Amino acid sequence: MKEVRECCCHHPETKEELYEALNQVLDKYERKESNLIQILHMTQAIFGYLPEDVLKYIAEEMDLPLSKIFGVVTFYSLFSTQPKGRHTIQVCMGTACYVKGADKVLNEILDKLGIKLGETTKDGRFSVQVMRCIGACGLAPAISIDGDILKHVTVNMVDDILKRYE
Amino acid sequence: MSQTIAIKSYEDLLNVKERYINRHKQYEYTILVCSGASCISSNCLNVKNALEAELEKAGMRDKVLLKQTGCVGFCDVGPIVIVEPDGVFYCKLKPEDMEMLVQRHLVGKEIVEELCFLDNKSGERVPYVRDIDFFKEQLKIVFAKCGVIDYSDIDEYIATDGYKAIYKALTEMTPDEVIEEVGKAGLRGRGGGGFPTAFKWRAARQAQGDQKYVICNADEGDPGAFMDRSLLEGDPHAVIEGIMIAGYAVGADKCIVYVRAEYPLAVERLTAAIEKAREYGLLGENIFNTAFNYDIEIRIGAGAFVCGEETALINSVEGKRGEPRQKPPYPAEAGLFGKPTVINNVETFGNIAPIILKGSEWFAKVGTEKSNGTKVFALAGDISNTGIVEVPIGTPLRKVVENIGGGVPNKKAFKAAQIGGPSGGCIPSELFEIPLDYNNLTEIGAMMGSGGLIVLDENTCMVDIAKFFLEFTVDESCGKCTPCRVGTRRLYELLEKITEGKGTMEDIDKLEELCYHIKENSLCGLGQSAPNPVLSTLKFFRDEYVAHVDKKQCPAGICKSLLSYVILEDKCTGCTLCSRVCPVGCISGSVKQPHKINQDVCIKCGACFERCKFSAIVRK
Ligand SMILES: Cc1cc2nc3c(=O)[nH]c(=O)nc-3n(C[C@H](O)[C@H](O)[C@H](O)COP(=O)(O)O)c2cc1C
Ligand code: SF4
Ligand code: SF4
Ligand code: FES
Repeated sequence: MKEVRECCCHHPETKEELYEALNQVLDKYERKESNLIQILHMTQAIFGYLPEDVLKYIAEEMDLPLSKIFGVVTFYSLFSTQPKGRHTIQVCMGTACYVKGADKVLNEILDKLGIKLGETTKDGRFSVQVMRCIGACGLAPAISIDGDILKHVTVNMVDDILKRYE
Repeated sequence: MSQTIAIKSYEDLLNVKERYINRHKQYEYTILVCSGASCISSNCLNVKNALEAELEKAGMRDKVLLKQTGCVGFCDVGPIVIVEPDGVFYCKLKPEDMEMLVQRHLVGKEIVEELCFLDNKSGERVPYVRDIDFFKEQLKIVFAKCGVIDYSDIDEYIATDGYKAIYKALTEMTPDEVIEEVGKAGLRGRGGGGFPTAFKWRAARQAQGDQKYVICNADEGDPGAFMDRSLLEGDPHAVIEGIMIAGYAVGADKCIVYVRAEYPLAVERLTAAIEKAREYGLLGENIFNTAFNYDIEIRIGAGAFVCGEETALINSVEGKRGEPRQKPPYPAEAGLFGKPTVINNVETFGNIAPIILKGSEWFAKVGTEKSNGTKVFALAGDISNTGIVEVPIGTPLRKVVENIGGGVPNKKAFKAAQIGGPSGGCIPSELFEIPLDYNNLTEIGAMMGSGGLIVLDENTCMVDIAKFFLEFTVDESCGKCTPCRVGTRRLYELLEKITEGKGTMEDIDKLEELCYHIKENSLCGLGQSAPNPVLSTLKFFRDEYVAHVDKKQCPAGICKSLLSYVILEDKCTGCTLCSRVCPVGCISGSVKQPHKINQDVCIKCGACFERCKFSAIVRK
């Protein structure tokens, strides 16, 4: 799982290197259908998202119909076929966070960034998503930026928090 | 540190224990640094580093053992350390406090009062763990070692009787006897359904098949629950041992742990623990020199609530879309890859080793007549002490909320507790004394669920809460069957209409009818239970629904469309504070003159209301 987190930051790698890394993943998981979800996780970690070309490549390598792969990708909310910003803000909208005003924090973030939920800022700096409970309910409302959990976030803190990420 | 040894006998376990004790003899103090996920986000690692540096400075490095533990449960007051053997609890620590802690407690042998827990009710500092209400009222079976031992140290797990239960099962009991024991203990599944565990195990044991599987459900989908995560992070070996015993009982040699992707730390610690167990020969072939072979593999989910449902989970492990399957056949007959499969929740597995080790009679003494043992709850919402608590089943809600949870903060009144997440319901203040057990909760239209317990104060709108859960289920319905896919959306739309003040009394009836239709006609538990939050709030808070419809009012002042903010002329001093905070600039008035809100422009953000020092702004 560590690897997944470390790889989200778009290293300046060549296409060949990225595909080389993908091949290693495919080898490791023996191109087995039952490993598809784990393979997609790793692929997303390598490429930052799941580009269509890459999914086609996986389909060929695994000898699965592309429609089947798309079916799986679209089913799970953590898979994304769109490129993400340099930083991903995940606002928890689980029960505990909602009760503690997470919706206000979310609106503030979106207002400040001038985007809608699920979008990426024009300068490619931030993407904003909502999550259903990140397991930090005792710290509600919680948001996670690039995997770091920030606790007891209030509307007034948003500006400062955003400034910390370039 | 610890040289690798293959553990093959009881003696080997004892040797590890002895080695552990010997290695720790030199220490005068042990300091436990809570390193649960919550404390990590409170920067407990900086505290730990500062503590290390201070110990070095004081020349006490070899007298004091620093131990990183899993969650002690009291997440709200982190970073936390406990100084043993004194049993003193320090909380809300900052790195710069460490000098004082080392110098005064460890060198000077006095308690550092100002770093101790402040009890809001008495206004006093409470230094000892044993005196703090939050801990005093709990009974820990599953979480007994979580927050006490170093989660990464298999030796310490073994030194505290770990892996003795699997040894006992393998060498002294037949698989049937194991199942019998779990059955006599009366253990019911902790993942939500409350199904008797032994029942499932027996079915899987009797099912025909050369290959059988155990699955550990660590999907923890209830948005507002974090018990399973805390156990996996704080005592992974306890879960592993439970999983092994299940494997032996049903005749499986392989287990899959399905963990949600949102829990990277749990995955990391569980992976490390599995590797350690393999290194010690506790996983692998011929475990304890018996014919029992076993291994565990981790699978990571990808963000779909329905994958917590057992048959959907099985599809997901097979690499497919996580859509539920028709039951029967049950997983115990035809589960993963069509093979007999036992699937249990993390907390359920956490109960197994204690039952085998201490016996079903001991276990059955805890809890109520019909439900034995403890239940772990994740306390959150409008409550002073958020965190993880474990209590005997049947403990009254009031005790959990008031004594352990410290009550509702900010002098507000308790309105209801939401239990069981999106499949559960609410418990209103009239039922504050209700004993928390499976049957009682089902009777009032709520459910034990997996253990998410969200406390709601008087400023909560129950219609809004129902809407919140429906929004969740609409999002998470897998879409396979129409009553759930379309029905939940219709429910959501009706709720939206009501909260916007556009609802009619007819809508309330429609809402109710639709709820029953969805419950009866959905394929899986998600759809069947999705209407519960609506039905349960309708049952206990119907007047609130009616107020939204009839009077176009939201009694709690939450639903924006039904609110307006008004400035009382006679109270307004014209201080201009409100006009300065209004984000849309819709408050007008000159200095020292009463101000006025332009209702057409006001976005009802409430900023002015919160800012006014003269209570001149009211919410209607
Ligand atoms: C929509 C839905 C979501 C569920 N989510 C979970 C979950 O996150 N964790 C869990 O242990 N059980 C969950 N369950 C219950 C499982 O289907 C299954 O009953 C449980 O894992 C069995 O374990 P137990 O008998 O030990 O409780 C869910 C059920 C439904 C219908
Ligand atoms: S009830 Fe809902 S979640 Fe369950 S199978 Fe039907 S559509 Fe899917
Ligand atoms: S509620 Fe918000 S928008 Fe309306 S007047 Fe007050 S500050 Fe302005
Ligand atoms: S509800 Fe936000 S972390 Fe659980």
